[in-house]
Amino acid sequence: MSPRLKSYWVGAAAVVALGILAVATVRNEYFFFASYIVLQFVVLATAWNILGGYAGYVNFGTGAFFGAGVYTAVVLINLFGAPLLVQILAAAAVSGTLGFATGMLTLRLRGIFYSIATVAVAIIIETLIVNWRYVGGSTGIQILRPPVMPPFESYTKMLFLAMVLLAVAATAIARFIETSWIGRGLRAIRDSEIAAEGCGVPTLKLKLFACTVSGALMGAAGAPLAMYQSFIEPVSAFSLNYSVSALAMPMIGGTSHWIGPVIGAILLGSIQQIVMVTISNEINVLVVGVLLVLFVVGAPSGIVGLARALMRKRVGRKAA
Amino acid sequence: MFAWELLAEAVLFGLLVGCFYAAVSVGLSISLGLLDVPQVAHPAFLVVGSYGTYLLGRHGWDPLLAGIALAPVFFVVGILVYRFYYETFEKRGEDTGVRGLAFFFGIAFIVEVLLILAFGVDQRSVDAPYIGASVALGDVRIPIRLLVAFGTALLLTGGLALYLAKTFTGRAIKAVAQDGVALRLMGANPVRIKQWAFGIATGVTAIAGAMLIVVGPVDPNLDRVYIGRTFCVVVLAGLGSMGGTLVAGLVLGVTESIVLTMFGASWAPAVAFGLLLLMLGVRPQGLFGR
Repeated sequence: MSPRLKSYWVGAAAVVALGILAVATVRNEYFFFASYIVLQFVVLATAWNILGGYAGYVNFGTGAFFGAGVYTAVVLINLFGAPLLVQILAAAAVSGTLGFATGMLTLRLRGIFYSIATVAVAIIIETLIVNWRYVGGSTGIQILRPPVMPPFESYTKMLFLAMVLLAVAATAIARFIETSWIGRGLRAIRDSEIAAEGCGVPTLKLKLFACTVSGALMGAAGAPLAMYQSFIEPVSAFSLNYSVSALAMPMIGGTSHWIGPVIGAILLGSIQQIVMVTISNEINVLVVGVLLVLFVVGAPSGIVGLARALMRKRVGRKAA
Repeated sequence: MFAWELLAEAVLFGLLVGCFYAAVSVGLSISLGLLDVPQVAHPAFLVVGSYGTYLLGRHGWDPLLAGIALAPVFFVVGILVYRFYYETFEKRGEDTGVRGLAFFFGIAFIVEVLLILAFGVDQRSVDAPYIGASVALGDVRIPIRLLVAFGTALLLTGGLALYLAKTFTGRAIKAVAQDGVALRLMGANPVRIKQWAFGIATGVTAIAGAMLIVVGPVDPNLDRVYIGRTFCVVVLAGLGSMGGTLVAGLVLGVTESIVLTMFGASWAPAVAFGLLLLMLGVRPQGLFGR
């Protein structure tokens, strides 16, 4: 194990330990309530970045994969009260398949058409759900939650911890992809797909792989929402607001390193929580939009890029 | 028994609405199809045009007149937007695709929220003598507002097609779409032509936006529906083809109208996106693409 990989896992273990410690000691339920949402965005942003950041394919339809995950969980709870782990795995499978299918359909297309196709997938699936009585149609569905499992005092705490684990898993996957030959291949696709193909990079397989993994992680992030909210309706589950957040967070944090989406999600997610409670949901979307445009225009490499530039400057000064 | 009359009525309404769909898409057809700018904020601009018409309408302006008056303002805004896009993204070259897309996506959201903050989420509509009235055609009553939108749309699309085919600047715009470098070698400045063209694309969007509020009430979230419709029309048409845009608009209008009549309104949002996905999967160069 390389020292960097070792320090990554030490950090990941520390995060999980902190999560368990918080569940054991913190009394304030709102802390878990808000942290759950921020962590959910860590997973979504990380998932978005695997395709958008590494391969340069901009997904506008995060809501599609997320919502498909939510409704997979709804169906499984309705059918036989499936446990959380089963819900998450099934949601990942469904959304992964959806990601694969979207990738297959749009393989030959340039950037913007992939993006528009993902919006299309989001709206079409939302329409299917709206017209599907079994999951409540457009009016939504109330989830009957089984009594909470013993070591946890409340659902919020249990789902919070599940999201901590999901976030760690998502970053581990993103980090693995980034540092392996897969990541190099995806970066080659981003820089020039034709050149990559010419150099023997299996562009088709890599793209499909990234589409699938990215979709699966988004679905996994959606599954626990069914039990978290206990009421699900299609408009909010498939909301375009998920799409803009999942896109803005990596862009703000920095797309070239796995930590970028994490930083962006924690920063923007926390701001969103504060703004939503203190001001309004509309201002919340406005903040995301404005920050996104500011960073895309002014700091294209995000916070990670700014930090790197700062460090380089310091090293340069020391050398001189 | 199969209701042929119902179907015929659906087709008739589809043709009228379809022409209108073509008109709301011509701006995008130019900016995306000819200039290769990922203008995802196009539907948001369209809705801004509707709200501008609504504001002027409160001061007694006729919606169509308001749209025409707004067009020069939009033209200037378009030029500024393209200038900014060029300086920040196109000129630098690297990673233009991802950042340009994210930029326009962000703009779309900002516009939408600003509209919500300024006007609220309620639907707004305008008044004109031709809104609300209808003419009888046999058993079918056709609302005059649809006919007005139909006529304006036809004029707009036809006018633009003529402009691109016959005038010097119009041909230059087509040339820049084909090969910007070659145009530069001829001594023309592709950036200035693209800037002008983007201005026109945004300007006609103001008139299209005025028709949007003539056809029906608008709300700030309407741009999300029109992402599907406009991109569907542009992709269906084959990028940048004006005649194709008209035909594609009609195809979408008729399909949507038939689905609406046969299966109900809850399936309607998926029609445009479904057609779009189908086209992207089967024939991404569009019906009339090269």
